[in-house]
Amino acid sequence: MKCIAKIGLAALIVILTGCATTQQPYDYTNFKVSNPKSILILPPKNNSLDTKALYGFYSTTQRPLAESGYYVLPISLVDETFKNNGLTVPEDIHQVDKAKLHEIFGADAALYVTISQYGTKYMVLGSASIVTASATLVDLRNGATLWQGSATASSEEGQNNQGGLAVMLVTALVKQVIGTAIDQSHQISKMTNARMLTAGMPNGVLYGPRHPLYGK
Amino acid sequence: MGAKMKSKKSIFLCTALAILLTGCATKSELYSWGNYEDQLYAHFKGEAPEKHILAMESMLEQAKAGNAKVPPGFYAHLGMLYERAGKADEARHMLNMEKQAFPESARYIDNLNNQFKKASTQ
Repeated sequence: MKCIAKIGLAALIVILTGCATTQQPYDYTNFKVSNPKSILILPPKNNSLDTKALYGFYSTTQRPLAESGYYVLPISLVDETFKNNGLTVPEDIHQVDKAKLHEIFGADAALYVTISQYGTKYMVLGSASIVTASATLVDLRNGATLWQGSATASSEEGQNNQGGLAVMLVTALVKQVIGTAIDQSHQISKMTNARMLTAGMPNGVLYGPRHPLYGK
Repeated sequence: MGAKMKSKKSIFLCTALAILLTGCATKSELYSWGNYEDQLYAHFKGEAPEKHILAMESMLEQAKAGNAKVPPGFYAHLGMLYERAGKADEARHMLNMEKQAFPESARYIDNLNNQFKKASTQ
């Protein structure tokens, strides 16, 4: 019995330290002052070699931010609005005046995303689908930068994930789908976005007003 | 007596462990997503709206049945699909549903509705 207790204690310590990865604290001053309720995710810039990256990735950006408690503007309609106004290239869209974006979409903040890697990489032993991106959250009312982050995910990584269960769940789901999916990188994008845009992770975005942990 | 105490102790430890584990894992999702993201991707790739409308409608039913909420943008996206399929009334209804469920969308939805009106009076 004593032995069991000791094992239990050891397990507790492992779990506690596992939950509490210490990193340099992020400066959330601007984020807290801005206190955004709604986020406009702009069509991402695509610096990868794969033209499918833009929408393969864009379609997976909403979920983690919405699940973190923000209202995320409907990306399909947002994309359409830009096209109707003659803006078809993300590089141009990222240059649009912030006050104008605020006026049209009514969003408090905008997320500027850049995809740097998307697709299959052939290596010595087999191949891997890798998706890497970075993002900057900017207040549309005053132009202040609120937050920056980046993440990467690969089809070949082990199940040893950082970022807690929410991310692990997505990873597990994605892994299930991958075998049958035609567009593997679109599935991997879900993992990249979950890591990059889920609140509550070290240096991640803060919780938004629609989440029970908002302000805590 | 002593043995009883010890077993109580181990029960306590087990419970503490369980609480800690679930403490790390309090992340049930706020919304019912279905395969909405894959639907969005298919939409962006230019697939016809009719098939997506069916898939989206069944996701909506599923969410309602499970007493769950559909994610931000879901109603608006379905509205857009209706509009493309020539169902203007359903489209407007869905845009208003979006505004009702998420008042944060009001300004954008109002702008879209104004565009609709302009387009239909031209």
